[in-house]
Amino acid sequence: MFKKDLGASPKQKLKSSIQRSLRNSLLSTYPLLTPHIDEVLPKKSSLEQVKLPDRVSLYVIEGQPLFYQQDNAGFLVPHLRLVHRFPQAFPTIRIDRGAIRFVLSGATLMAPGLTSKGGRLPEPKEREGEPVAEGVPNEGPDEEGRWSRELEKGEPVVVMAEGKEEACAIGLLVMGTKDVKEKGKGPVIEEAHFLGDGLWRLNVE
Amino acid sequence: MAEPVSVARNVIYCGVCTLPPEYCEYGGTVKKCQEWLEKKHPNMYERIWSPEVLEAATASLSLEAQERAAKDAKKKAAKAEAAEQKHAQQLANSVITIKRIERNKRKYVTSVSGLEAFGLELKKVAKDFGKKFATGASVTKTPSGGEEIVVQGDVSGEIEEFLLEKYKDIPEDNIELVEDKKKKASAG
Ligand SMILES: [Zn+2]
Repeated sequence: MFKKDLGASPKQKLKSSIQRSLRNSLLSTYPLLTPHIDEVLPKKSSLEQVKLPDRVSLYVIEGQPLFYQQDNAGFLVPHLRLVHRFPQAFPTIRIDRGAIRFVLSGATLMAPGLTSKGGRLPEPKEREGEPVAEGVPNEGPDEEGRWSRELEKGEPVVVMAEGKEEACAIGLLVMGTKDVKEKGKGPVIEEAHFLGDGLWRLNVE
Repeated sequence: MAEPVSVARNVIYCGVCTLPPEYCEYGGTVKKCQEWLEKKHPNMYERIWSPEVLEAATASLSLEAQERAAKDAKKKAAKAEAAEQKHAQQLANSVITIKRIERNKRKYVTSVSGLEAFGLELKKVAKDFGKKFATGASVTKTPSGGEEIVVQGDVSGEIEEFLLEKYKDIPEDNIELVEDKKKKASAG
C-alpha cells in the first residue's frame, strides 16, 4: 500500500467534533486500547490530518503519526510506531522467520508463512482473569503468541515475526484466520503497512 | 487523584535505517547499523548479533532459503550503496549561496539558499542562526518558488564558519559568498 515514498499534504487541524468521532471509532475497533486512550489521544493536544495518495488520510498528534484510514470509511489502522508503543492493544498473528523478508519488501502475506512451525494463528479459548477495562472483551495472546479469538475477514491485524519482539506489519485480513488454517494457502493480507515502507519513512514533524 | 502511570513502551529505533534494530538485517546497511548499535546500545547489540542468536536464526531456515536470503541481502546492499553514491554525487554538485544584500545605505541582510540539498530543515537552521548571531532570521519564499533564510545584518562570514563547523558533510568548496549591491544612481 505504501511501497513508494509518499508525498503528503500540509497538516490540517481537525474540528473537535471530528476528533471526538475518530476517538470513538478508534475505541470501537480496538476496545483493548480503552485504558490507554488518553495517552494515545491526549485531551489537550489537537489531532491533525495529513492527506496521502490513494485517498488515504493519516492522523497525527504533535508530529507523531497515529493511525490511517482509506476513503474516510473503513477501519482506522494504527501506524506501526503506535503498535510498538501499545502492542497489547491489537490482535496479532505471527509469520515464520522465512516470510519476514518477503513481507518487508511489500509482498502479499501468504498462508504458508502462518501455518508453518514458526507461524502463529489464533486458538480460541477462555481467558482467565479480568478484562483490561469494564465492558471490554477479555482477549489476548497466550504464551505461545496465539490470539484467543479467531479474526474475521476484513479485520485489521498486527503481524508479529518469529524470533522478533516488535511487530513488522499491519493490514486488513483478506481471509479469516479460521479459513487460513483450513485452506493452508492463498493470500492473507494484501496491502500491508510494513517496517521501512513509505508510510514508515514519511516525516510528519 | 493519582495520575495513571504511563504504560507506553519506548522502543529504540536504529539511528541508521530507522527500523527496530532486530530488523536491521533486512535492510541494505547492515554494517553501518551494527556499528551504530554497538556504540549506542551495546547490550542490545549483544542480544541481537551474538553468534549463538545468529546460529539459532539460520538453523530454522532450510539451506535453500538461507542461500536465497543471502543473495537477497547482497542485492539490497548493492542497491543501498548505489543510492548512497548517487546521494554523494548530488551533494557534491549542490551549492549553498550566502549573499550579502544592501538594503539601505550601510544596512545589510544576508540570505542563505541551497541548504535543503544537504537535508537541513530551514526553519530549524533559521532558529539556530537567530540564536547564534542574536539577530532576526526567518524563512522566506523566493521568486523562483524555493525557500531561503534571510538573516538581519551582515553575517556572511560568520554563517559560513558556523555551517562548516556544525554540519560536517558540507564541503567548504560548496559554499559560495556573493554580494548584491544596491544599485545607486551614481553621479557622473
Ligand atoms: Zn538499522
